[in-house]
Amino acid sequence: MIIPKLALKNLLGAGLRTWLNVVVLSFSFVAIIWTQGLYEGMNKQASTAMIDSEFGGGQYWQENYDPYDPLSIQESHSKPPAVLQELIAEGVATPVLIVQGTIYPEGRFMPVLLKGIDPAQKIVDIPAQFLKSESEELPALIGADMASTTDLKIGDYVTIRWRDADGAFDADDARIVQIMNTQVQDIDKGQIWLPLDRLQKMAGMQNEATLIIVEKNFKNPIKVTGWTFKNLDFLLQDIRQLVKSKSAGSSILYVLLLFLAMIAIFDTQVLSIFRRRKEIGTLIALGMTRGKVIQLFTFEGALHGVLAAGVAALYGLPLLVYTAQKGWALPQSTKGYGFSLGSTLFPSYSFALIVGTTLLVMITVTIVSFLPTRKIAKLKPTDALRGKIT
Amino acid sequence: MKIQHTIMIILLASVAFAQKYSGDEILDKVDEGMTAQTKIFVAKMIVHGRRGSRTIESKSWVQGTEKSFTEYLAPAREKGTKMLKLGDQLWTYSPQTDRIIKIAGHILRQSLMGSDLSYEDMMEDPHLNHIYTAQVTGEEMIADRPCWVLQLTAKTSHVAYHTRKIWVDKERFIILREYRFAKSGKLLKTTDITDVFQVDGRWYPKRILFKDQLRKGKGTEFILESIKFNSAIPSYLFSKATLRK
Repeated sequence: MIIPKLALKNLLGAGLRTWLNVVVLSFSFVAIIWTQGLYEGMNKQASTAMIDSEFGGGQYWQENYDPYDPLSIQESHSKPPAVLQELIAEGVATPVLIVQGTIYPEGRFMPVLLKGIDPAQKIVDIPAQFLKSESEELPALIGADMASTTDLKIGDYVTIRWRDADGAFDADDARIVQIMNTQVQDIDKGQIWLPLDRLQKMAGMQNEATLIIVEKNFKNPIKVTGWTFKNLDFLLQDIRQLVKSKSAGSSILYVLLLFLAMIAIFDTQVLSIFRRRKEIGTLIALGMTRGKVIQLFTFEGALHGVLAAGVAALYGLPLLVYTAQKGWALPQSTKGYGFSLGSTLFPSYSFALIVGTTLLVMITVTIVSFLPTRKIAKLKPTDALRGKIT
Repeated sequence: MKIQHTIMIILLASVAFAQKYSGDEILDKVDEGMTAQTKIFVAKMIVHGRRGSRTIESKSWVQGTEKSFTEYLAPAREKGTKMLKLGDQLWTYSPQTDRIIKIAGHILRQSLMGSDLSYEDMMEDPHLNHIYTAQVTGEEMIADRPCWVLQLTAKTSHVAYHTRKIWVDKERFIILREYRFAKSGKLLKTTDITDVFQVDGRWYPKRILFKDQLRKGKGTEFILESIKFNSAIPSYLFSKATLRK
């Protein structure tokens, strides 16, 4: 018990030097937790929004469908087999048909994806109910981003041109019945949502679909010929990789801060051992083993980490709690990045993140504190008492 | 009495003339005039955009209906751009990027150099009688020329424009106006031939105004500066390797 007491006494006795190290180290603490919290929040927020509005519990893709290959979309449609039709009938899944088209808002030419969805579906969070219509008029649903790009408002008419399954041109005027506010760009940008049965008829693709979204928590997907099940791990891999790469990029900041703090602690340790060589000699002469002296100095160094955690908690905790509650308003320019984040990002500080960061800092500080103390092991007490150190 | 008699004769003559040709026969004659074994022509395309007009000059070599090669000559930013069509495939080469790009899928629907024409308009079979059945629906005057009005209906469902309406010069068997319709009947594109000329005994359009009816704007003018029919074209011209040369 003597070592911790002595270490704390020595550390506090060092005064300003200690507090300078502690403050720099606390910056690292806060910076690591804050930035990692932002990325964890980004991942969580985007994943939740995409699951709710786009992916559900996973998707069955028609075998030719590849969202990254616009050349394949024209051939990516077929009738879902009986097994999938049963899921649709049970309300466990909903089909979506995708057809390439062109719209002419205010006489401008704009390629779009026409997406057909069942107005009665409850699988994804898309206000498809607005597409219910008894009249001949073609109802259309667009996202806020699409509305702002095309300058379309509720009640406006827009001419849509498409090619049917045989390649023949067709065109019709659609009325915008609703503009949905969504943070998921994948269901908004360059897309027009139409009633599924109308799009199937328009494109000559009766009862066909491009993909089938299953409900959340869908278990045990069955293998279906001509269709491939894509689970959430697959569907969310892009956003996860994106967050991972962003997170790795930002780590430069806190690695730099941590490095500065470690250099300061290392310097402090080297200086302490040099200035306190007589004290080391006295301790060894009084019977303290070299190992115990090393422990004392290492503990002193490691205590920087403990104090830094305390200081970081003092000013960091209110800051982190405030940002977690109020969120961080994102600039308009981030809309175009393809993140499904909305206008505010809410950081997420998990228990694992806090414990992990604390452990990382503590272990690093301990290692850095220990390194200079190895000299003590080679020290002769007589030399130390005389103020000699080799 | 004399006037009535003259009108009667004119009417009878025109009915007899119309009866002489069925819609499909008129279409055959139109195709005959428009197609050749080979064509080499220099043309100007004036794109009337929102911010003014752009003139693009090009030279094209066409063999039958399957092969064509176009090199853009002006303006400076388009100079050296080349386009190759082989059957149902289309490639472009841009000297700025030194890359050959295959135009396929949704890109085919995009505008050709900002004009009212799309790439897929270039891919169409120029033999109308291959893909349409024609019916004479009336007679009208276009630019003081008597014309038959023909309603074209696609023979199969695999045709881009399900119906077309064309006005054919009765004497010269050349289309002077064309409307292209969607399956729903919506008018999509119009073509007006405002000037024609005679080359090697056949009448050919000299000045054409294309207009995408769904877009705002004054359309795109296509002016044929010169054309040669049935001249020899070296076969190497219709290869992807030529695009980079």
